[in-house]
Amino acid sequence: MNQTNEAALAAAEAHNREFLVFSLGDEEYAVDILKVQEIRGYENVTRIANAPDFIKGVTNLRGVIVPIVDLRIKFHLDKVEYGGQTVVIVVNVEDRVVGIVVDGVSDVMTLAPDQIKPAPEFGVTLSSDFLSGLGSLEDRMLVIVDIDKLLTSDEMELVERVAE
Amino acid sequence: MDITDFYDTFFEEAEELLADMERYLLELDVDEPDTEQLNAIFRAAHSIKGGAGTFGFDVLQRTTHLFENLLDHTRKGELKLRRDIVDLFLETKDMLSDQLDAYRNSAEPDQEAFERICETLQRLALEEIGQDLEGGAPAAPAPKPEPQPEPAPAATAEQGSEAGANHCIVTLLNVGEKDRQLLVEELGQLGEVISHGGDEACYEVTLASSVGSEDIEAVMCFIVDADQVKIRAAAPQAEEQAPASEGRAAPKPAEAEASPPPPAAAPRPAAAKPADDARPAKAKNKPKGGGESTSIRVSVDKVDQIINLVGELIITQSMLDQTVSEMDGVADSALLNGMSLLQRNARDLQESVMSIRMIPMDFVFSRFPRVVRETAGKLGKEIELVTEGESTELDKSLTERIIDPLTHLVRNSLDHGIEPPDVREAAGKPRTGKLVLSAKHQGGNIIIEVIDDGAGLNRDRLLAKARENGLPVSDTMSDDEVWQLIFAPGFSTAKEVTDVSGRGVGMDVVKRNIQGMGGHVLIMSRPGEGTTIRIVLPLTLAILDGMSIKVGNEMFILPLSAVLESLQPAKEDLYAMAGDDVVLKVRDEYLPVVAVHEALDVPNAKTRLTETIAVIVQGEGRRYALLVDDLVGQQQVVVKNLETNYRKVPGVSAATILGDGSVALILDITGLHRLSRAKKEKRRPERESQSLEALTDKALEI
Repeated sequence: MNQTNEAALAAAEAHNREFLVFSLGDEEYAVDILKVQEIRGYENVTRIANAPDFIKGVTNLRGVIVPIVDLRIKFHLDKVEYGGQTVVIVVNVEDRVVGIVVDGVSDVMTLAPDQIKPAPEFGVTLSSDFLSGLGSLEDRMLVIVDIDKLLTSDEMELVERVAE
Repeated sequence: MDITDFYDTFFEEAEELLADMERYLLELDVDEPDTEQLNAIFRAAHSIKGGAGTFGFDVLQRTTHLFENLLDHTRKGELKLRRDIVDLFLETKDMLSDQLDAYRNSAEPDQEAFERICETLQRLALEEIGQDLEGGAPAAPAPKPEPQPEPAPAATAEQGSEAGANHCIVTLLNVGEKDRQLLVEELGQLGEVISHGGDEACYEVTLASSVGSEDIEAVMCFIVDADQVKIRAAAPQAEEQAPASEGRAAPKPAEAEASPPPPAAAPRPAAAKPADDARPAKAKNKPKGGGESTSIRVSVDKVDQIINLVGELIITQSMLDQTVSEMDGVADSALLNGMSLLQRNARDLQESVMSIRMIPMDFVFSRFPRVVRETAGKLGKEIELVTEGESTELDKSLTERIIDPLTHLVRNSLDHGIEPPDVREAAGKPRTGKLVLSAKHQGGNIIIEVIDDGAGLNRDRLLAKARENGLPVSDTMSDDEVWQLIFAPGFSTAKEVTDVSGRGVGMDVVKRNIQGMGGHVLIMSRPGEGTTIRIVLPLTLAILDGMSIKVGNEMFILPLSAVLESLQPAKEDLYAMAGDDVVLKVRDEYLPVVAVHEALDVPNAKTRLTETIAVIVQGEGRRYALLVDDLVGQQQVVVKNLETNYRKVPGVSAATILGDGSVALILDITGLHRLSRAKKEKRRPERESQSLEALTDKALEI
């Protein structure tokens, strides 16, 4: 009996996933920690002409040219400020390296499968296609972003679709 | 260690050998074949056979075996070369390539094709020299009966009568324990190992085998260097077999016939000729073995990684440079000296690393004799191909990408350019058309030309065809513009479509490909005298000589190769045209003005035209005046692809990292022009209401 419990626990643990929690305004979001390459400050971004406003430009990440996307602008947040607290999360999606600007990074959370609820159909700004679910943690709610889908989507204009 | 570890080495070597073989076959003068070349072809086939035998590539071994025998007869002069025989040899070579590919992909080669080619080769042998390749009728001088090509050993018993009983001693010098074991095993497959022993410095294996010393060596060369192996006969005549220790036995001709079959030391029947003949051939073959110690194979990824790292180093170095330049020259003189040394070393390092990627154009040109030969044959034309500047070096990635466009251009020249022999004769030209492929460096560019002495482009026909295709043309167009028409999609002036060319697909692709490499194509043509197609390419894509410019607070890089001059535009040289277009008059030439700040929406830029600096640039054969705020300086920049993590940006070709670690965009001149036109296009409707006069003033903003 005990053993089966332990096994079940281990199995459950195996399905637990770790997420990096970041904030955009007052909202808390989370991304799969395995997608995150590093976290760095917001600096030295070269503007790219004629790009959508949420693409802040490109920066030099140890010799690699990385585009920087401001999710606050993309999600139409009221307040977009760049200060000492502004953080860039560098993520790896589909063999690409992309930096996303967020207001802050709070912690790393482990969520069990039953803590992740399916995302409701909502939002015009953030289609539920780009969410893997909502994480509930005591009194907090984390919006779990499917960063792969989001950053490679057409509306992010980050990836060139093969024309024709 | 597993023998499969050596597969790749074998495949690569065999591929090179096949390429050599093809080159020699094409160079062969059918009427008076050069013995050297025949020997080289024979050697290539022989080496492949040896390797194929070792690795158990049965089909490949058997094909090369037949081929080798035929070649052997050829070089002995028993088989008179004809054009169709050379064609058959080429076909065989292709077949060998296919088989090699099949083995490489762990597949079995096409059995049917194999049988067919064997049959053809056999028939040729029977018809021409009345000899069965496999059996070996002892009629021919210096008979060379081969044992039935059994799958197992790399059997090449050259001496029929006493095959199998030769003893020889293989001495291994400085071969490690592991390799030694492997070699002994290998030798065991070739024959019977009678005894073996010794230490690492000198290890002796006595072998009873029907295999020639050369084959033994060929087998072992996959594991150790040629100079680590010494093979000598254990038989009494050992002293006379001294040459065998050189790896290639060439006993004196007299002996070859008189004495009992010299053991092991596989005397080529070539020995029937003066030994001198065989010797120089040997010398030529030597570098193959020796060449391995002077060059190494490295994967392109590794090289690219080194290049990237060196690029990083250069950036770090210039970052340091900037900091150090603010220091006190006296107090920190040691540091400053060190810095300048570092700078020099870093530059040298960068240059040497870049040169790794450079390979000679010969790599590209060497495949054209075949293309020309075949295409000319199909078209019934007589063509002489001349290549110039084969040693000109070009970035490897570019050489690979230039092959297709160049092949297309060559085919086009052969098909449309050079006339059939009769027509040429009637026009008072030699029957044989001449096609020149040349490569040379010019500044930071490489210029590749395809020159034919054919009929030249026909202006009237091009114009007529263009009208038919609904392209906007007029009779007043300059020749250059008319020639450029052939690059329009779907454009072909060929009267009939041949399977060589004429479908009109392609020339536009050629142009696109070349532009994709950062180059452009120019055409020069004179009726009756021929056409020259010139491809101008940058030497490398990885590093660029750039001019840094400032617009507003932003820094951009212009490719220096595109910059012609820069000047401060004077009011009287600026003319407004059709609303908000402005042209700048520079030495009687009116250049379209492209304001960088407008095209790229740069804030806080100078807007008064007379305050800006006009940089005259050239892109795709056209000139523009780019308006910028300031010229900052000239520097080499490492080109970084924007598409790796982002996407293509209009008006920008790539990015680079500046000394302070920030990113600067490298401008694409034609893209910039297109962009600024598109922007003006967009704005036009708003402005339509304003009076022309106001517009003119506004455009000039003086």
